Amino acid sequence: MRLEVCDAVCGYGTKKVVENISFTVQSGEILCLLGPNGVGKTTLFKSILGLIKMLGGVIKVDGENVHAWPKKKLAQTFGYVPQAHTPPFPFTVRDVVIMGRTAYLGKFASPSKVDEEIAEQALDTLGISYLADRVYTEISGGERQLVLIARALTQQPQILIMDEPTSNLDFGNQARVLGQINELAKKGLAVIMTSHFPNHVFLCSTKVALMQKNNKFSVGSVEDVVTEENLKSAYGIDVKITTAADDCHTLRSCIPIIN
Amino acid sequence: MKRFSMSNTVVFLQKNRAEYYLTAILVPVLVLVCLCSLTMGRYAISLSDIFSVFYTKIFAVDLAIPANVETVLFKVRIPRIIAAVLVGASLSVSGASYQGLFRNPMVSPDILGASAGAGFGAALGILLSFGTVGIQLYSFLFGLGAVALAVVVSSAITRGNNVTLVLVLTGMVVSTLFSSFVSLIKYVADPYSKLPAITFWLMGSLSTASMKDVKMMLFPFLLGVVPLMLLRWKLNVLSFGEEEAKTMGVETAKLRLVVIICSTLLTAGSVSVCGIIGWIGLVIPHFARMLAGPNYKILLPVSLLFGSIFLIIVDTVARSAFPLEIPLGILTSLVGAPFFIYLLFKGKRGWL
Repeated sequence: MRLEVCDAVCGYGTKKVVENISFTVQSGEILCLLGPNGVGKTTLFKSILGLIKMLGGVIKVDGENVHAWPKKKLAQTFGYVPQAHTPPFPFTVRDVVIMGRTAYLGKFASPSKVDEEIAEQALDTLGISYLADRVYTEISGGERQLVLIARALTQQPQILIMDEPTSNLDFGNQARVLGQINELAKKGLAVIMTSHFPNHVFLCSTKVALMQKNNKFSVGSVEDVVTEENLKSAYGIDVKITTAADDCHTLRSCIPIIN
Repeated sequence: MKRFSMSNTVVFLQKNRAEYYLTAILVPVLVLVCLCSLTMGRYAISLSDIFSVFYTKIFAVDLAIPANVETVLFKVRIPRIIAAVLVGASLSVSGASYQGLFRNPMVSPDILGASAGAGFGAALGILLSFGTVGIQLYSFLFGLGAVALAVVVSSAITRGNNVTLVLVLTGMVVSTLFSSFVSLIKYVADPYSKLPAITFWLMGSLSTASMKDVKMMLFPFLLGVVPLMLLRWKLNVLSFGEEEAKTMGVETAKLRLVVIICSTLLTAGSVSVCGIIGWIGLVIPHFARMLAGPNYKILLPVSLLFGSIFLIIVDTVARSAFPLEIPLGILTSLVGAPFFIYLLFKGKRGWL
């Protein structure tokens, strides 16, 4: 499977927010989207998901324009993981996860036993089966984020789109969620995620896209894109990239320099 | 691993079954409440008399039953109880659906102006000295019209995002507008004949419900309740918000329109026959949610049954507890308000 974003122009109404975005992601790849606040990362996501009309360009999966597809097929291909939030009603985790099956159900149908088993499997994959009977509004933010990922997996998509999957998570949960994302990519999913932490790129990305103000967009390997100069130009601060090593890994990290 | 997920499935089914039992229990409860309500009232009828009447009707045999009993049962009580079942079900189903659609547990069926519009239609009908059918028809049509106005205005305002918020706000505006129209009509109405008629009508009552009224209500009731029941599982997804529902493959604009049309048919249908009866559409879905959980698959049928049961009980009290019949709208508020406060105290898991 190959997702292509070709010359995308995205925005609201007639107002362009981002222009000339092109990149490709394949099965098993993780593309991490970096960029300062307000640069248009969410706008780009919404355009890819078909939530807002593209002002130009095209998004293709295996050569087919996805926005010509019916809504259901779109939802069967793209799984969206929003930032963890609280819905107004106290659904159980199981209820929430099984909603991922919507794209496969008939007009008047509700989930069958098969759908229930797929939801169970998704919970199992992420190691959170123990949460199944808990109330979604009562679990922790990290758990909620994992539940939303499970819901997206229940959608059985080929591409996962994750909007800051690590925001609001503590240090440990951030690493756990990133670990899960790596596992999912190994199973053949293509992942596109945003993050506010360049460090996350070192932990789980195979590809990085850096969005900057004035429509500067660069995409490429981690080594090419996440450099001290690029981060300085994107975020407007001095950054030092350091390397550390333990027994079997070389670890890299970005450290902002505060004067 | 496989065994683990198998056992999970079993737990799931058991848990689900418990909630299905609730629906299964509520149906006989509803029947029982109907029967009890049949016996009660100014003219007491024993259960054995009721069964004999049904027996003679069904098997066409002639048992000696006082003519009064038959008249009271078939001309007064049975239509009134059926009307209570329909109105209670309508208001709680539309309330529950709207709460999911607007993602807000504080929403009631009149949020888009259905009740205010229907009230205005009825007041206008009374002012113009229409007959019962004319008043009901006007009321029903203005109920639909008010919501249509809210929907059209809001879609003209909205540019893609925040659809539901704009809808609620325009609904409030339309509601207020029609309420002022009602006040205007009251102001110009004849204070000795029309004004009291309008006032009593607006307070809501089932006292005049006849078989004809029931037949008039039945059509919009079925037209509203059947699609909502069929689509009820999708309301779960909708309550996660417009964008998320879209990414899960729900055609939100279509679904929203269907829910609004169906809920409006239900609300306008019941208001046009029995006036404005508040609180049911707000309180009953809450109560049902506390017992059955928020999953619409179970919540909607449970709301429907609770709504019917609740309204029969309240209406029975309204017609038999006091020497003077109390308007239903007053009684539902009197019972509903403290009951709602109780629910707020009791509910802890993010009901609000």
